[in-house]
Amino acid sequence: MRVSDLVKSFELKIRAGKDRLLEEVTGGYASDLLSDVIAHSRKGNIWVTIQTHPNIVAVATMKELAGIILTGGREPDSGTLQKAEEEGIPILLSPLFTFELVGRLYRLGISGMSPC
Amino acid sequence: MLRTFRADLHIHSCLSPCGDEEMRPRAVVNQVMAIGLDMIAICDHNSTENTAAFMNVGYERGLTVLPGIEVTTKEEIHLLALFDRREDCMALQELIYQNLPGENVEEVFGCQTVINERDEAIGTNRRMLIGATLLPLEQIVSFVGSLRGVTIASHIDRPAFSLLGQLGLIPEGISLDGLEISSRTSKEEAETRFHDYQHYSFVRFSDAHYLEDIGKSITHFVLKEATSKEVKMALHHQEGRRVVEQ
Repeated sequence: MRVSDLVKSFELKIRAGKDRLLEEVTGGYASDLLSDVIAHSRKGNIWVTIQTHPNIVAVATMKELAGIILTGGREPDSGTLQKAEEEGIPILLSPLFTFELVGRLYRLGISGMSPC
Repeated sequence: MLRTFRADLHIHSCLSPCGDEEMRPRAVVNQVMAIGLDMIAICDHNSTENTAAFMNVGYERGLTVLPGIEVTTKEEIHLLALFDRREDCMALQELIYQNLPGENVEEVFGCQTVINERDEAIGTNRRMLIGATLLPLEQIVSFVGSLRGVTIASHIDRPAFSLLGQLGLIPEGISLDGLEISSRTSKEEAETRFHDYQHYSFVRFSDAHYLEDIGKSITHFVLKEATSKEVKMALHHQEGRRVVEQ
């Protein structure tokens, strides 16, 4: 499954990183605490969050995530998009709230990591 | 002449929903005088409505009380803003109030008591002071900077409501003046964990919500006088002002 498949399935709006949608998605992680995402996300994960600060791009870059989906119709902060373009991190928007979107991702075959 | 000031610049009053009802001006100032601090700051969540009463009582007793606010940013980060002049703190409060949704639910979050300088309750703040503003971190930091106030990220070692908990790392190009470490983390631990941020000054304050917690964690500053302007100079190691390593 690629990021572009998720865009198509959930009609996500693409706000940044449109050239990077062919990345393979290895799984998913949902959290709004960046320290938690740093600790627990895995390379290639699609990250679902309501956090819109530019630091989400730094975290996604550091963890080599496949992309970020902002839920609940939230728009990224002004500095976030520019940084995302520079780093090549897809920023995608969904009007759905996190719980609903994650449920649909799971149904599509994207799963999370179990602890231990 | 420069000398050392013992400072606890993060104290809540009974206005904070989580602050004990005993956290009133005379009671707090008595406690501060008893343990022998040189300066304090009252930093309630998202409001400075009680600071005038504390400043007046402090003035009577010869204790410097700085007006402050512990602002909750949009990212749910707690940030201390300290000033010398209450007008400047009021300007920040004005910006916060325009961007702070919700009403307090006393039974859930606690009372938000407005007091006078005789420790008497004179009203209740109805806003949801425990909530988050709609203002991004950077906007608050630069607004406080434009008023020449001091910004310190609260308890960065704690997972909840802290700059590092919420944002993972300190954003580049932000003009924060200092970082607060809570009493839960030792000096050695802090040096290891926050090694990447050693270009910032680390400070320790009590974050007291109860009288008995006041002064439990303090910072010694070398200053000319007890003002936020001097504290800011100390945080940036200017003209001999400094934070004393404990």
